[in-house]
Amino acid sequence: MKLPYFPGCTLKTTATNLEIPALEVAKRLGIEMIELDRWNCCGVVSYLVSDDLMKHLAPVRNFLRVQEMNAKGIVENENRLVTLCSMCYNTLSLSNKRMQKNPDDLQKINDFMHREETKYDGSVEVVHLLPIIRELGWEAVRKQVKKPLKNIKVASYYGCMLLRPKDVGIDDAEDPKILEELVSALGGETIDWDSGSRCCGSYHTVNNKDIVVNLSKGIIDDARKNGADVIITSCPLCAFNLDSRQKDIMEKYPEFESMPVVFFSQLMGAAFDIEKEKLGWEANYISPEILFNY
Amino acid sequence: MAKLIKLDDKGVEFLDKIMELSGETITLCDQCGTCSGGCPFIAEMDVNPSQIMRQVMIGQKNIMESKTMWICASCFTCTVRCPRELDVSKVAEALRQVKLREAIDFIDIEKISEEEARILPSIAIVGAFRKFTG
Repeated sequence: MKLPYFPGCTLKTTATNLEIPALEVAKRLGIEMIELDRWNCCGVVSYLVSDDLMKHLAPVRNFLRVQEMNAKGIVENENRLVTLCSMCYNTLSLSNKRMQKNPDDLQKINDFMHREETKYDGSVEVVHLLPIIRELGWEAVRKQVKKPLKNIKVASYYGCMLLRPKDVGIDDAEDPKILEELVSALGGETIDWDSGSRCCGSYHTVNNKDIVVNLSKGIIDDARKNGADVIITSCPLCAFNLDSRQKDIMEKYPEFESMPVVFFSQLMGAAFDIEKEKLGWEANYISPEILFNY
Repeated sequence: MAKLIKLDDKGVEFLDKIMELSGETITLCDQCGTCSGGCPFIAEMDVNPSQIMRQVMIGQKNIMESKTMWICASCFTCTVRCPRELDVSKVAEALRQVKLREAIDFIDIEKISEEEARILPSIAIVGAFRKFTG
């Protein structure tokens, strides 16, 4: 299966440990993710007011590249655009839904992009890699597992952007299961906890770090209380707030005990027994020792 | 005996503006408090989300001085739970936009230390500047 792929800015800078293992595990599952030619920033956060159409230009322009890949035969009849970053997934999806529901908006955006060779026809479907894997079937994942995550207790952290709003959520907004199903397929143990879709504080990490310190501490403490050894996520911003901000949590709360936070792709890579060098562990702030020796 | 709350012209103008920008029929809010009950940021807010809805509904423009809409990070928890299917995230965004369109920014790049700028992911910086600048 060949899929057009949108990486986004952060996967090329601070979250290479999401992208590199994801491309590798996808390959093992028979999914070839082909990076879009000339992709541009999605804008990170979606604009929610009615009259800010211009702010949807950046996400929508990327959809032209999907149409071009089809026209050039790089992919065959493939309207799905796969993402790894939760925020890119959310922002691209919300803009796409707006275009699909409002032909007038789509027309205006197309008029603005008049120098492009193609017009966006509304046909692209933005997807995240996780549901693509779920569609393949968990059995396909199980077949690739060389080193089951025996006795490792994993807290599945969805955050906000994979689940909400409902019309772009990859799973039930209140009772998601997809990450737990993945962990089980990898031979690991799941935990039952309340903080899996509780916001980590998002972009407040830039100018109101205290909010993030408090929210992230609450999430990590809850994971620990319920027996987790490691937290997984698919969002590079959640990963930063939950992992790197542990330095700030420890400064404020000296009794705080650290916990590793890894990307779902790294966890898959460990279970698939992919070479350690390809899993990007050096980019994780808290070293996930438990995944090195089990 | 029922009492009629009558909005003055400025109040009506404010309510209409926020309803237009958010696309939400704010007057449908029942004041059940579900949005406030589930908000992960409630401890940081000076006015609860449901109170914001009420104040906008009755045209109280002074709600613009609250810090609540700047604390809201559009996590959409209230959005998926509102029994009236109102999107409170959109109302918060509309309130932010009213201020930002007066060319008032809520973030200052000079205040980000060099060390922080080095470690912050681009997603955080772009996200914050898109939400806090006009």
